[in-house]
Parts: sequence; C-alpha cells; structure tokens
Amino acid sequence: MDKRSQQQQVQHLYWRAGFGATPAVIQKTNKASIRQLVKKLVKDSADFVPLTGAEQPDRRKELRGLVKDGMLDRNELKQQIRRQNEQIRDLNVQWLERMALGEGVVREKLAFFWHNHFACRVRNPAAVQQYVNTIRQHTLGKFGDLLMAVSKEPAMLQFLNNQQNRKNAPNENFAREVMELFTLGRGNYTEHDIKEAARAFTGWGFNAETEFLFRPRQHDDGKKTIFGKTGNFTGEDVIQLLLTRKETAHFIATKLYRFLVDDQPATDSVTTKRLTALTEQFYASGYDIADLIQTILTADWFYDSRYVGNRVKSPVELLVGMQHALTITFPQKQPLVFVQKTLGQVLFYPPNVAGWPSGRNWIDSSSLLFRMKLPDVILKADAVTVRPKEDGDVNTQVLDRKGNGFANVTADWTTFDKPFADVPDAELPDTLAQYLLQQPLGKAQRQLVLQRLKPGETRSEQIKNLTIALMALPEYQLC
Amino acid sequence: MKRRDFLQQSGLTVAGTMLIPNFLKAFEINQLATPVATGKTLVIVQLSGGNDGLNTVVPFRNDVYYRERPTLAIPGEKVLKLNDEIGFNPALESLKKLYDDGLVTVVNNVGYPNPDRSHFRSMDIWQTASRSDQYLSTGWLGRYLDASCSGSGCLPHQAIEVDDTLSLAMKGDQVNGLAMLDPKKLYNQTQNSFVHGLAKLDADHAAESDNLHYLYKTLAETNSSAAYVYNKAGKVNRTQGTYPATELGNRLKTVSELIQSGVATSVYYISISGFDTHINQPGQQERLLRQYADAVKAFMGDMKAADREKDVLLMTFSEFGRRVKQNASNGTDHGTANNIFLVGGNLRPGSVFNEAPNLIDLDEGDLKYTVDFRTIYASLLRNWLKADDVAILGQKFDTLNFV
Repeated sequence: MDKRSQQQQVQHLYWRAGFGATPAVIQKTNKASIRQLVKKLVKDSADFVPLTGAEQPDRRKELRGLVKDGMLDRNELKQQIRRQNEQIRDLNVQWLERMALGEGVVREKLAFFWHNHFACRVRNPAAVQQYVNTIRQHTLGKFGDLLMAVSKEPAMLQFLNNQQNRKNAPNENFAREVMELFTLGRGNYTEHDIKEAARAFTGWGFNAETEFLFRPRQHDDGKKTIFGKTGNFTGEDVIQLLLTRKETAHFIATKLYRFLVDDQPATDSVTTKRLTALTEQFYASGYDIADLIQTILTADWFYDSRYVGNRVKSPVELLVGMQHALTITFPQKQPLVFVQKTLGQVLFYPPNVAGWPSGRNWIDSSSLLFRMKLPDVILKADAVTVRPKEDGDVNTQVLDRKGNGFANVTADWTTFDKPFADVPDAELPDTLAQYLLQQPLGKAQRQLVLQRLKPGETRSEQIKNLTIALMALPEYQLC
Repeated sequence: MKRRDFLQQSGLTVAGTMLIPNFLKAFEINQLATPVATGKTLVIVQLSGGNDGLNTVVPFRNDVYYRERPTLAIPGEKVLKLNDEIGFNPALESLKKLYDDGLVTVVNNVGYPNPDRSHFRSMDIWQTASRSDQYLSTGWLGRYLDASCSGSGCLPHQAIEVDDTLSLAMKGDQVNGLAMLDPKKLYNQTQNSFVHGLAKLDADHAAESDNLHYLYKTLAETNSSAAYVYNKAGKVNRTQGTYPATELGNRLKTVSELIQSGVATSVYYISISGFDTHINQPGQQERLLRQYADAVKAFMGDMKAADREKDVLLMTFSEFGRRVKQNASNGTDHGTANNIFLVGGNLRPGSVFNEAPNLIDLDEGDLKYTVDFRTIYASLLRNWLKADDVAILGQKFDTLNFV
C-alpha cells in the first residue's frame, strides 16, 4: 500500500482526529508509533469541561418586562433578542477557541461531527449551551447514551417540534428525523414505524427552565407496533429498539468513516468489507464510539495515500486549523463569526436538520477566492472586500457584521518559528510546506510562494510570508 | 500556456471524462466568435425575510383582510387596482406602470405542501426545489447548469449571481454559478499575481487526487470566467439607462450591462433582504417595495431601449408570506403561501394569473397554496430556458402557460 512519509502520517492523524498540529508537536511526536499516538490523543481527551456563560432567559420576568400598558415594548424585545444572539455567538467563539487550543482535540473534533449529525438550531442560549455540552460530554462514550441524551435535549425537542407531539395530535417530525437522520438512514423503516414511534414520543417535552419534561397526560400509552414488535412502547423503548437494529450501527459507522477517512467512499469490495467490519465491531461493542474511532485511526488503510490530503476542510476546520497552527488570538469575537458566515458554516446555525453539505460543496468561485485571501486578512489585516449574504432573519443580523477586529489579531510567531531554527534558508520553503500541506508542493506553486519574499527580510519575516503564502494555496484547503 | 499544452500537461485529453476541455472549448468559441447571446435571459430577484404578500398585492374588497389587520391593512382607496379584487401596495407605483404596459403577471397563492415557517429552511426549499421533507445539496439553477453542461461545455458564468457569495440555488453537482458583484472587482481579485499564477496552473496532481484537481479546476474556471466577463462587459458602462441609487438598482444595472454586452449568461440571481417585518411593518415594507419597483422599472425601461425587452423574464419570490392576522407589534409573523411576480416582454400581457387568496379557508391562520412553486420553475426551465425540467427538478410538474 502506498503511503506518505512518517511525518505526513502523523499530520494526517492530527488533522483527521483533531484540527492539525503545530510543528513543535509534530517534531516531538515524530518518533512515536501511530498506535501510541492514537492512544495518547484519546486519553488526552478524557476530561470534559463544559462551555459556560449562557443565561437562562426567565420567561415570566421576560414577559412582564416586555409588556407595558398592555403593549409589547418593542425596543426591549429587540434588546432581548439581541442579547440572546450575542450569547449564542459567544458560545460559538468559546467552542471554536477550545477546538483551537489543541487539548482534548478528539473530543472537540468528534463533538463537531455530532453537532453536524444531530444538527439543530434554536434561539435560547441556555438550550444551545446545554445541547452542545451534552454532545461534548457523551462524544466518546456509547452512542446509545449520546442518542438518548440528545433526544431529550430541549433544543432538539424544540427544533423537531416534539413539544407539539401530543396524544390526540401526534407530530411526527421528531420520530421521522430520529430514524432517517440520526440512526437507521432512509429506506430502513416504514411510514408505519414513524407513525407508531411518534405516538411513543408523545409527552416528551421541556419546561421553561430548559429541562426535559415527561408529560404523562399527553403520552399515548396504548399498544404500538414498531419494526414488527408490539408493546406499550415509550420514547425510551423506541431508542432502545433503534439500537438493536444493525442498520443503525452501519449508518453511524459509515458516516464516521466519511468524516474521518473519505467523504466519497468507494463502492468496491474492499471498502464494503471494511465498512461491514467496522459495523460489526461497533454493534458488538455496544456502540462504543472511542473503540470504533481507535480502530479507524490505527488501521493500516487509514494512512493510504489516496486519503491523505484529499479531504476538503470545512470552514470551521480551516479556521480552527490556522488558529491552532499559529496560536492566533482574536481579541474580538465578531471576526471569527464573520469568517464562518462568509464561508457558509456558522456553529449552532446549521442550514437544516440534515446538517451542512460536505466536501466539494464548500468550494465555489467566491468561497475559494475568499479562502485564499483569508491568511492575509487574518495575519496581515488585509482589507475584507466581501460581505456575506443576510439570511432573511431579522434576528440573526448580528452574525453578518464584519467587525473591525482583524487589525488586532495576533499570532505567536516566536513559538511557531522555533522548530525551524536550524533549517537552512534554502530549505525553508519546502520544510514549511511539509508541515503545512498534506499535498506535495508543486514546482510552479513553489515559485509563486517564493515570490512573496522580499530581499533583505529577516528570517522571521521570511517564515511569516512563506507561511501566509502556503496557507493561501489550494493545497491548504485539503487535509 | 497554449490550450494544447494545457490539455496535455493536465492529462485531461480523455474525451468526455473531464470538464475542463469542454469548458475551455466553449470559452474559446466565445472569445473568438463572440456571438451575441441570442437566447433568453432569466433574472431571479429574491426578497429575503418573507415579504408580506397580502400587503403587497392587497385584497382590497375582502372584509377578513381588514378585520384581521386593523392597523396594517391598506385602505381600499390607496390601493393601485389590478382588478375588482386585488391591487398593488401604493409603494409599487412603478410596478403598476409596468403592469399597465402589459409586462407583469401576478401569480397568487404560490407555495408547497407542508410549508416550513423558518427562514433558512423555507429558503432552502425554494432554492433547492426540494420537498419539504427532503434535503438537497444542489440548487435548481445549479442543476440547470449541470444539465446544460453535457456536450456543449460548462460555463460558470452561464449563471451569475450579482453578489459576493454564491447562493445554494446556484450550486450544481458538476458546475457552480459565478458570484460576482461587479465584473471589475472579480477581475481584480483574480489578477493579483499569486492567484493569477495559480489559476493558470493545471492540477499537477490530478491523477493522484480528485479534490485537488477540483480546486484547481474551480480556480481556472473562475479566472477564465472573470476575464471573459470583464473583457466583454467590465471595462466601460454599457448602458444609458438611469437606475435608482439603491442596492437592487445597482445590481440590476450590472445585469443590464452584462446582458447588453452579450455575455453568454442565461441566468442572473439577486437577493435583497429586510423583509422580516415582525415589528413596525408599514414603513419598512413600503421602503423596500418602492426600491424594488423603481429598480425593476428602470431595468425594464433599459431593456426596452436596448430592444431586449422580449428576451428577459424576471421572477420575484420570497421564502414565504406572512400570517393573515397582524401581531401586537404592528407587524406580521411568518406565514406560508405568497404571490410571485413575473416581469417581461414576452408574457401573457399584464395579468393576474389566478384567483385571489382565500382568507376564510386557512391552515392554522395561514394561506393555503394552490400553485406549487415547482410548477413555475418547470415552466421557466422548459418554456423559457428550453431546458430539461424533469431532469433538473427530479420529477414532472405541470407547466403553466404564463410564457
């Protein structure tokens, strides 16, 4: 099997299991075996530290404050919505910075995966915070626990209308998406299964304090037949039933494979067998997520050169990757959101319950040009000449603002430069390229990158200019 | 680099398997022969935020309308009447003139089954032409590009969005449209020596890596399309028409210049926002509607002066209408079915296509749709753009006879 160099393999691991690695870390870990590294990465992700800061809007107080003389106070309402959106934005940036920190990256990277899998978008900051913490908490545990916990999250119940799912008027949205998008995948259930499962989920809701609430009087406790089994099933029973189906293991294992290995898996017998084996293992382990990803990350085929450097970074991966590599500090929050918005992926604002499209879908004329300009914008405070589209929602305009914060962004070049201290000037471009790109640096590309150097520059200026140029290449869009 | 060298180096000479040769071929034909685009042009104007259709096309004879909107309803005497039942919001004075000239068709009650009241999801549905329980990652105009691609070559600038970023509507499986706020700006972006140098490179590693090839292909196409459009249209202002100094006015002016320069573009896409009027609706909506009508009138006047009136069809939609009943903040909340406008010189002359909204038979306070928006897309694709509507929409819809 054709493989890339040891260094590229290590970088491959760090890109797929996290958001890349700094040159210093790569140098330190270059001698370790893949198995040791994977073990260490997973172990380092053992701790769960919740995101904090979102306030629970007090509904009653809120309403009392808003209604004066029997009329809704519009300014107060506007202010309130604005505050809520700012809190969600702050959570977004808090999570992004944690991703970029480089500690516990497997947890954050997989949580990012689950955020896309259990895609949901709501306005209550407390509900968003609770949702993302639930995902981050269970991300490396048993899929069944994660599924159960997310299914009981007020954010998800709200987003999929289960608050409206009542005994006498079932709302099937939640039951449908749980089967189609969260567990079995299309074609592995019938409309009848959905109808009956919806009945089982009746009564699942939440209270004003954003806590899960089972409302027995709205629950239909009659007999239901789901997947050919009959009983007085509850919502919890349906989740259990879904886990007994091997299609669920297959659906999740395949989706993780697409995320970690190849977003367009081949349909050949080798790949099919591989996916079957992963499915069997996942199912037999009781859906142990950490086990599954360790199997993938340590597999020989994972390092096949056809996968290395052949995945389009999503906007968040691109941004966090740069932030991590250069220890970039954004003193203001708005620029981080502006970049996400312009490139089409804002955390906590997925386009729909199916999540963001992936791969080549991220790339079109304008997004590619903006991606290529991004290193100059962030690291040299170059003017931003584009404006993202408003999404029509008067309440999310806070996301569109450019902010003027790029001028104050800093990178820790001193730390970044250190590992290159002994590299001769002539080798600098190629050495940097090896650390920053997962694709070889072509001759013509090398020429263009060198043109960014000016005579008489200090070594640290050289490193800075070369790095910025390398990060602007199409090759840098891949990992 | 000569084209032959390019093809040899990039290893793309295998007929019919790659996109670049076709693209370059078409590009060369355009450059060498520069035929004026003789086909039809479709211009889409998206009103983001959910424009209140009932206060746009007003059912001025309907008691329910006045009862449900005590302060928001527009008095009958102010309405610009189209027939005995409905008329335009007074801010649409310019559009009424176009209507009187036989250039506007109003289609009422446009929507889709199981409507979604969230902006982003409903916009998704309109842009991808999916069912409301289906998630697509390509847009209907992107798939139009895909369908136009086979055989004759792929041209990103065949569909141009006058904006900095590209909408989902314009994203295809094989081809994407081109986002371009103005030709010069995009051209300048691609002319910086670094970007330009990279755009001229073929994907050295094409054989090894699909995605890298895709990135370089996108860059090459962007570069070529930017240069093509700039050379044809971007150097001078090519229109005598005067436009209001608004965002939509400027964007429609750009469209006019591109059309008049004869670029090979059959679809233009523009969106303006601000229609999410939960509070204090009247001032905000009137301002936006006036901007819309004035810009469209300037555009159509310009098209007439350029003798292109009959080649242009402009469709205006919003992701949903608003509730029938006004809310407590002198605004309206998210609703469902809505009207759309078709403007052009080749329509059934000045008409209201179908019945006015039924305000009594509601779905939880919202209008019920009678025209599926995909039948309008099908009509535009089949009858106007002469494209394969079934392939693009994934199923057969009836076409409507407005064109």
